[in-house]
Amino acid sequence: MAANGSQKETFNSSIPDGPIAEKWTNHKNNSKLINPANKRKYSIIVVGSGLAGGAAAATLSELGYQVKCFCYQDSPRRAHSIAAQGGINAAKNYQNDGDSVHRLFYDTVKGGDFRSREANVHRLAEVSGNIIDQCVAQGVPFAREYGGLLDNRSFGGAQVSRTFYARGQTGQQLLIGAYQALSKEVARGGVEMHARTEMMDLVVVDGHAKGIIVRDMVTGEISRHAADTVVLATGGYGNVFFLSTNAMGCNVMAAYRAHKKGAYMANPCFTQIHPTCIPVSGDYQSKLTLMSESLRNDGRIWVPKSVEDAAAIRSGDKTAADIPDEDRDYYLERKYPSFGNLAPRDISSRSAKEVCDEGRGVASTGLGVFLDFRDAIDRLGEDTIRARYGNLFQMYEKIQGTNPYKEPMMIYPAVHYTMGGLWVDYNLMSNLPGLHVLGEANFSDHGANRLGASALMQGLADGYFVIPATLPNYLADQVPGSVTTENEAFDEAEKAVTDRIDKLLSIQGERTVDSFHRELGLLVWDKCGMSRDKAGLEEALEKIPKIREEFWENVKIPGTGESLNAELEKAGRVADFLEFGELMCRDALNREESCGGHFREEYQFTEKDDAVISGYTNPGEAKRRDEEFSYVAAWEYTGDDSPPNLHKEELIFENVKQSVRSYK
Amino acid sequence: MNLTLKVWRQKHANDRGTIETYDAKNIPGEASFLEMLDIVNEQIVQSGGEPIHFDHDCREGICGMCSLTINGVPHSKEKGITTCQVHMRKFKDGDTIWIEPFRGKAFPVVRDLVVDRSAFDRIVSAGGYISVRTGSAEDANSLPIPKDSADSSFDAAACIGCGACVAACKNASAMLFVGAKAAHLNLLPQGQPEKDKRVLAMVRQMDSEGFGNCTNHYECEAVCPKQISADVISKLNRDYAVASTKEAFK
Repeated sequence: MAANGSQKETFNSSIPDGPIAEKWTNHKNNSKLINPANKRKYSIIVVGSGLAGGAAAATLSELGYQVKCFCYQDSPRRAHSIAAQGGINAAKNYQNDGDSVHRLFYDTVKGGDFRSREANVHRLAEVSGNIIDQCVAQGVPFAREYGGLLDNRSFGGAQVSRTFYARGQTGQQLLIGAYQALSKEVARGGVEMHARTEMMDLVVVDGHAKGIIVRDMVTGEISRHAADTVVLATGGYGNVFFLSTNAMGCNVMAAYRAHKKGAYMANPCFTQIHPTCIPVSGDYQSKLTLMSESLRNDGRIWVPKSVEDAAAIRSGDKTAADIPDEDRDYYLERKYPSFGNLAPRDISSRSAKEVCDEGRGVASTGLGVFLDFRDAIDRLGEDTIRARYGNLFQMYEKIQGTNPYKEPMMIYPAVHYTMGGLWVDYNLMSNLPGLHVLGEANFSDHGANRLGASALMQGLADGYFVIPATLPNYLADQVPGSVTTENEAFDEAEKAVTDRIDKLLSIQGERTVDSFHRELGLLVWDKCGMSRDKAGLEEALEKIPKIREEFWENVKIPGTGESLNAELEKAGRVADFLEFGELMCRDALNREESCGGHFREEYQFTEKDDAVISGYTNPGEAKRRDEEFSYVAAWEYTGDDSPPNLHKEELIFENVKQSVRSYK
Repeated sequence: MNLTLKVWRQKHANDRGTIETYDAKNIPGEASFLEMLDIVNEQIVQSGGEPIHFDHDCREGICGMCSLTINGVPHSKEKGITTCQVHMRKFKDGDTIWIEPFRGKAFPVVRDLVVDRSAFDRIVSAGGYISVRTGSAEDANSLPIPKDSADSSFDAAACIGCGACVAACKNASAMLFVGAKAAHLNLLPQGQPEKDKRVLAMVRQMDSEGFGNCTNHYECEAVCPKQISADVISKLNRDYAVASTKEAFK
């Protein structure tokens, strides 16, 4: 069961020398260059067309490389980045409220509970301003003030207003910007776009990632693509939980296939549970819907102080309006007076779970808290609230059938984002040479918890500004076009892909793919969700292999591989989740501390701790163990029947002091 | 509730296709329309059949992938929502529901309810962008944009590219889609340098894809899940007239 232990290693993370504020500049100055006439000889595969992939494909093509871009959706414009609502952070300090690159860097490292890599985060903060410039130039219609300048709002975990937004559709507008840039390059011939095409495996030649095997989802045709390097921008693995706010098609297949080919998977147990989602209502439910965190700017979160009032609300005998203010517990404002309702996501989510566990939850299932705009409407008027959140209120009403201008919303945390992902160095290259990983698919910038409005920032930073600068560090040493699809590694990989599809189709058992996915999802939500403990994780590690075993004996997939076959697509993805889920639980078991989104019940502050006695933090808050766990857990696949190897990249904090994270 | 579904089934692009009947039993009112189809599909698979294929992804009304014509109306008769936002509480026990794909000459059926909308991508590739190389942008606040222009541009940019406008139009015209993209960019100062080139190229691409002409029936506006106004079509016509005149006298 226990992973093969190992000492903290000196990883080659390629972090440049020099003071933190000069690292990125120095790195760019020292990076290799490829001259314009030679760039066109190099080919690059980009998998994924969201903010990271779309931006990378467009920018690399502008630079002159030959790019092939792949996505499973029917158009690159539909990647799940589109669903991000609230905004994108940037250290512009347009509000003159004291923001700076350093503050954004500091907030992000602290927000991540000191489990991210300082140098990467500082670079992210440095390029954040360029992203806004680029997007505005592309025509992204950000919110503006009457003077014509850009507007900002606040997000969780920050005390400045640095979030740029486009109503509640910021992700959509940014993605359309990237999609249009990509479309421009498709028209110019720089990018060959393959929509409705799923990556089935990575091809490794002499230890380098040199190609992929894909399936055309319409015809079922399996084909080979070779390139000088492969860029994965395939998003996160939130759908391992079955229910999440991710799109239905989001999956871990590309990243997990790369992992099985040698790429380390880092910190898979760092998953983000978003505090403001519409509560689960029944077994038929296919996904959860997020309500933007921006709502917490004006909404107040509460539950009744008494269990009796909560029960009366659940049974319908009372409504929110029947509970006078003195009987309401605005628990975030009470526990975190300086951040209040804008406490970071992990803390807000856990607090909601706590009050519901106490029996004070308000949805019919008992798993819900109020998000109330009554006071904001009294203060600002309904029109102002409509202008700020109109589409979100409308969305809520469509789903729940109640009017949030009149009655408070009911919300509950749901799986939303995954901080863990494939391990990358400062160049965003995996330990597997030639494989680059961008956006949510990598692990590097958000530590154990991501702050709101930082996912869009990271995706675009990686795609527009980082990878174009760092990729030549790998490419310059490669002979362009040296690997073709004739290479025998492609024969093997393609055969493995077709064998797997044939095997899935030949099982013809009794249970649907979704039934397995739901079973896995419930198990990992229960044992590896908002809170985890040793016994539960061990139980999950025992059960997951059994579910997986049954899947491979008893799954029922109709149809053939030679046509559009949604069940076959799902089966391939669920098969990988059934392996990945085990790795996630193993990582959670190994990390014997609480940090960010990873809350181990055994490790929390109690009344006996100095930090609690001094009033700095509260009992029940996450307790890190920096001495033992200030490292990135990078897992190496060693075979289907052997436990993965754990490699530890020590995290060194030279610029931000590791402290107990307090938002009081 | 129990429902009868009349669903378009078509094995592949060249299959003739037909309407099949299915029973949807014990459907909870809180379920979404697509969750209702999930339940039916689970039963179909259990009993050895092939599930009904339909496009869907985000299931929160923003990706633009879901595309069902429900009882003759793209995305259903409810205003301002996508297929995935239709909830079963809007139907009654015993209802019969007709489910068909988004039809249009330029949207060939791929399978069952899945259609090929790649024509939209080709229209955007023709000119639906502002040519700005990454890294070459000025500071974002160096170009103040009146709030009204930014807001109008946003209204057009809200298009999700679902194609309901085409499916609702008796001419299968894509004018609302093209008008929305052109308006989004042409209303902004950044979009001015390529304005003429943009409308000419996009309209020509639209025509070559086989979309029909606009004859002012406003069905597109009525079904648009983002409630984009048909005013963008008037603007497209104006911009096109100016651009083609300039082109003729060049």
